[in-house]
Amino acid sequence: MNAADGFALAGVSFAYGAIPALAGLNLSLKPGRFYGVVGPNGCGKTTFLDLLTGGKKPAQGSVTFMGQPVADYRRRDLARLIALVPQDFAIDFAFTVQEVVLMGRHPHIGRFASPAAEDWRQVEAAMAAIGISHFQDRYVNELSGGEKQRVVVARALAQQTPYLLFDEATSSLDVRYTMQIFNEARRLVRDEGRTVIAVIHNLNLAAAYCDELICMQGGKVAACGPSDTVLEPELIKKVFGVESRVAFDEFSNIRQISFRYWS
Amino acid sequence: MRHSQYQIWLLTISLAAATLGAIVYATGMGHIAVPGADILRVIAARITGNGALLAGIDPVIPFVVLEVRLPRILTATLVGGGLAMSGVIYQGILLNPLADPYTLGVSSGAAFGAALALLANLTMIGHFSVPLFAFAGAALTLLVVLYLSSFNGQISANTLILSGVIVGAILAAGISFLKYLADEQVAVIIFWLMGSFASRTWLDVAVVAGALLCGLGLSFYYARDLNILSLGSRSADTLGVESTKVRWILLLGASLVTAVCVSVSGIIGFIGLIIPHLMRFLVGPDNRKLLPVSILAGALLLLAADTVTRAVLPVEVPIGVLTALIGGPFFCVIFRRRQRRAL
Repeated sequence: MNAADGFALAGVSFAYGAIPALAGLNLSLKPGRFYGVVGPNGCGKTTFLDLLTGGKKPAQGSVTFMGQPVADYRRRDLARLIALVPQDFAIDFAFTVQEVVLMGRHPHIGRFASPAAEDWRQVEAAMAAIGISHFQDRYVNELSGGEKQRVVVARALAQQTPYLLFDEATSSLDVRYTMQIFNEARRLVRDEGRTVIAVIHNLNLAAAYCDELICMQGGKVAACGPSDTVLEPELIKKVFGVESRVAFDEFSNIRQISFRYWS
Repeated sequence: MRHSQYQIWLLTISLAAATLGAIVYATGMGHIAVPGADILRVIAARITGNGALLAGIDPVIPFVVLEVRLPRILTATLVGGGLAMSGVIYQGILLNPLADPYTLGVSSGAAFGAALALLANLTMIGHFSVPLFAFAGAALTLLVVLYLSSFNGQISANTLILSGVIVGAILAAGISFLKYLADEQVAVIIFWLMGSFASRTWLDVAVVAGALLCGLGLSFYYARDLNILSLGSRSADTLGVESTKVRWILLLGASLVTAVCVSVSGIIGFIGLIIPHLMRFLVGPDNRKLLPVSILAGALLLLAADTVTRAVLPVEVPIGVLTALIGGPFFCVIFRRRQRRAL
């Protein structure tokens, strides 16, 4: 790993027509870390991920990935380095679960080639890691929202990329499957030195899994740094406008946030 | 429900064999019945140039087979395949199983062009005036629709469908006005709109075959990308598919094939909607399997329909009316059955 690895954003702005979405972002994301992106709805988190994948081009500033502007990469090359689990996962056609996970191998398979043994092995491993092997022959358009979301996560894992981007990848999942996915992501960061950048709404989940947090507000970075230093009641009050208490929780073995819900 | 890999191969091969068989069988049908063996001899004699093969065959038969029936039959077969192929591509790109080759208003554009040529009685380029105007109308409509629906070089499925519907509606009003102006000539326009393969020539066969080959090449080259596009463009982009580029290329290819088909045969509905739908039911949504079986089934179906109207029915019914009359109710039955199954 050299210093040029990872992402570097310099003075990045983006707007949808006349509506600004991101303004003057300066950030550098190092490899081998688990990053969490938190912030209120509509603060530009998804746009931020799209800039990292090259799906959107910054209006001003530059996004550099591993020493080269993201825009200079060929899509196929980028797809072998960065995988994205998007927010929307609707599929209207009756592909089987296995076929969809195999689509994650697309950037690794030649245009007219068939999937090799390695491709099938990665597909099996990804489905096993997410625990969806037992319904690999079902049609994705007949699955529940949560099941579909797990299929999409398995597809991103099968892509075998050093960088994994999650856009609220567990929004439809119960606590067990949420933990299964984040435990697997955490393991990939720890054991294989991969980089995870995850947009997460649940602040306690972000506190539990992320090394570093980027807290966004109104298209700007409100705070960023190690999770322990970022998540403080003052910041949560300022960004989300709610009262909270942050304390070490012995059962979780991590700092957790309590809210005063209603009184 | 869905078939195994082996069954899909079997289906593809049987459809190909059935189409070839149907071409020969249909050529024998008509006012003068010709036995299958004679047809094969006539074709073999033409290909090899060996006149001895024609010994014992009525001299009028080679003319009937080669100049009258085969051009018409092959045009119908190729148009059927072309419409079904465009249907598969449109449904894949527009992420909508109810899209068909005419969704973007291509047919209305062709109809407007043809109606204009017929009304003005344009004959400056002889026999080709109407098809050329139809093609120009279709191509222009496509460009307008693409212009309306693209923003920052991106095109989305929803804006495409909406633009197609709007432009189609404007053109439909235009066609009505042309019909109104046509007064007594209106019958010619109406007949053209309903589609026919009568008096097609080898030139028609060559033009449609050329367009179909280009479309085939493109659609097979991008078949896997088209599969991945069904995940949505955000996913497709991060899986290494140049989704905007692939959409443009496939959309242009499919629309040009449709435009050529319409300009040669008039407007023939339902093939491009029903065939991809039915075949997806049998072989699944993977375009690498879906394209070949759809093309063959479309070819077979339109050939059968044209043969029925040409040689079986006492009067020639416009082919577009026939496909809609058979295809429409058939589609309703399948649609209803699937809905009940889904409950």
